[in-house]
Amino acid sequence: MIVKGKTFKYGDNVDTDVIIPARYLNIAEPEELAKHCMEDIDTDFVQKVNLGDIIVANKNFGCGSSREHAPLVIKVCGVGCVIASSFARIFYRNAINIGMPILECDEAAKKIEADDEVQIDFETGVITNVTKNETYQALPFPAFIQGIISSGGLLKSLKERGAGC
Amino acid sequence: MGMTMTQKILAAHAGLKTVVPGQLIEANIDLALANDITGPVAIRELEKAGFTKVWDNTKIALVMDHFTPNKDIKSAEQCLECRQFSAKHNIVNFFDVGQMGIEHALLPEKGLTAPGELIIGADSHTCTYGALGAFSTGVGSTDMAAGMATGKAWFRVPSAIKFNLTGTLPEYVSGKDVILYIIGKIGVDGALYKSMEFCGEGANALTMDDRFTICNMAIEAGAKNGIFPVDEKTMGYITGRVTRPVTVYEADEDAVYDEVINIDLSALRPTIACPHLPENTKPIDEVKGLEIQQSVIGSCTNGRIDDMRIAAAILKGKKVCKTVRTIIIPATQEIYLQCIREGLLEIFVEAGAIVSTPTCGPCLGGHMGILAQGERAISTTNRNFVGRMGHITSEIYLASPAVAAASAITGVITDPAEV
Repeated sequence: MIVKGKTFKYGDNVDTDVIIPARYLNIAEPEELAKHCMEDIDTDFVQKVNLGDIIVANKNFGCGSSREHAPLVIKVCGVGCVIASSFARIFYRNAINIGMPILECDEAAKKIEADDEVQIDFETGVITNVTKNETYQALPFPAFIQGIISSGGLLKSLKERGAGC
Repeated sequence: MGMTMTQKILAAHAGLKTVVPGQLIEANIDLALANDITGPVAIRELEKAGFTKVWDNTKIALVMDHFTPNKDIKSAEQCLECRQFSAKHNIVNFFDVGQMGIEHALLPEKGLTAPGELIIGADSHTCTYGALGAFSTGVGSTDMAAGMATGKAWFRVPSAIKFNLTGTLPEYVSGKDVILYIIGKIGVDGALYKSMEFCGEGANALTMDDRFTICNMAIEAGAKNGIFPVDEKTMGYITGRVTRPVTVYEADEDAVYDEVINIDLSALRPTIACPHLPENTKPIDEVKGLEIQQSVIGSCTNGRIDDMRIAAAILKGKKVCKTVRTIIIPATQEIYLQCIREGLLEIFVEAGAIVSTPTCGPCLGGHMGILAQGERAISTTNRNFVGRMGHITSEIYLASPAVAAASAITGVITDPAEV
């Protein structure tokens, strides 16, 4: 799978309260919820984002609450991938479990600037910065996690294995 | 290679003799928890994926604590979804208004978490139960759904940082100051993906409520879990609450740690985390005098009986400043009742504070104490992110119940030793 888009750039410790503030967590419909994605850190994000665009941030992206609403609204907004130097652990597993592509790559996080055009090849983990004519190598996922992603999320992979009833 | 306490619990629950850091395992869980925000998402995912039964109706806990008593129609409908699901699957541990409390104070109190157990919860502060010598960690709604359907969860085995605690806490210094000090020292990702294992004579000297507070905020350092060894205080706490047999795990003597950090508890000062990250900590001496408009004493971090008692000891016979809205929230019905029996509620109300029924409300900017533009709060909660408690220009200073009570009286951030 390949995604290509322009980038939105943020700093360290982007927390789940700014990704999707708790005041909206009484909203059940993902599309309605997604209208408030990144609202408290980037008020125009929802107006500016296009299908396939890429969020790039520094360390500890998604820290704070366990709310799965955070990777969900990013996914529903059409974001093709989040690249960060590191992810907070609950956000990391939530993104994998719901099939929202993420990549850990410190070099890409540091070198990519806002509005750069970036292409990602998930097979190889190669991130190409088209604007700057640079490439960066992301860490590959372990096979177990790749299995969850290729099944389309945790629950689908469990169903495929015949777990539960 | 020896294993840490956490690694031993994970190995036992995965049916393995040993595990090593970085290993991916599938482990059996003892309890899966969700609340009125994360529960409905888990329920919908479970049903959408075609699971028709739950793994064990006695090992799922659904606690209606975030937007309750319901603040609006939408949040009422989220509780309704949990209520209907619980009725359909005969979920024994469904806690609605009247029985509920803030989940991480409630579950230990009800004996639903015990030493050596493995607990997942769709709430980041699920790490609280490490105080009992359990492995517990926050997950998302999909993990919760998978846990409800299969009784299993996947984990990457964490490495650990050992915190060797020595000495005893000075007057007006509590578990909250210990964990804020630690987060200030290692940063909000200082323990990312790792266990925080607390040990030493200083750990044994801490009360259970202090241990709950410390483990509760392990997530604020990015940790997977926080954990204390099981001792006579732990066993005393679970007596009369847990009736099933428990397994006590101890770290191997040759367990490997990424780092060992020594902390002398007797040298700690009341500690404040300034906006907008829990790592922006300062001793009270550098922050005092800052004007506040609201003081919140409660939450899964600091809504337990020790917290209520210290707040009452400071507020007794005094009045809160007229310009400070003081909101006190005992975390569970049992704690609320205990406050009534000990006369604490009378002290609070006479001081000019209000006392709320258990709710997470103000901590996450849900209800029961939202901040307006530019307002500043002192709060015993766990996060001070931008907009966490209200308007994005409002400010949250995280502190202990003693500091929050003292500051409510003076109207400015205050050292409790000075009121």
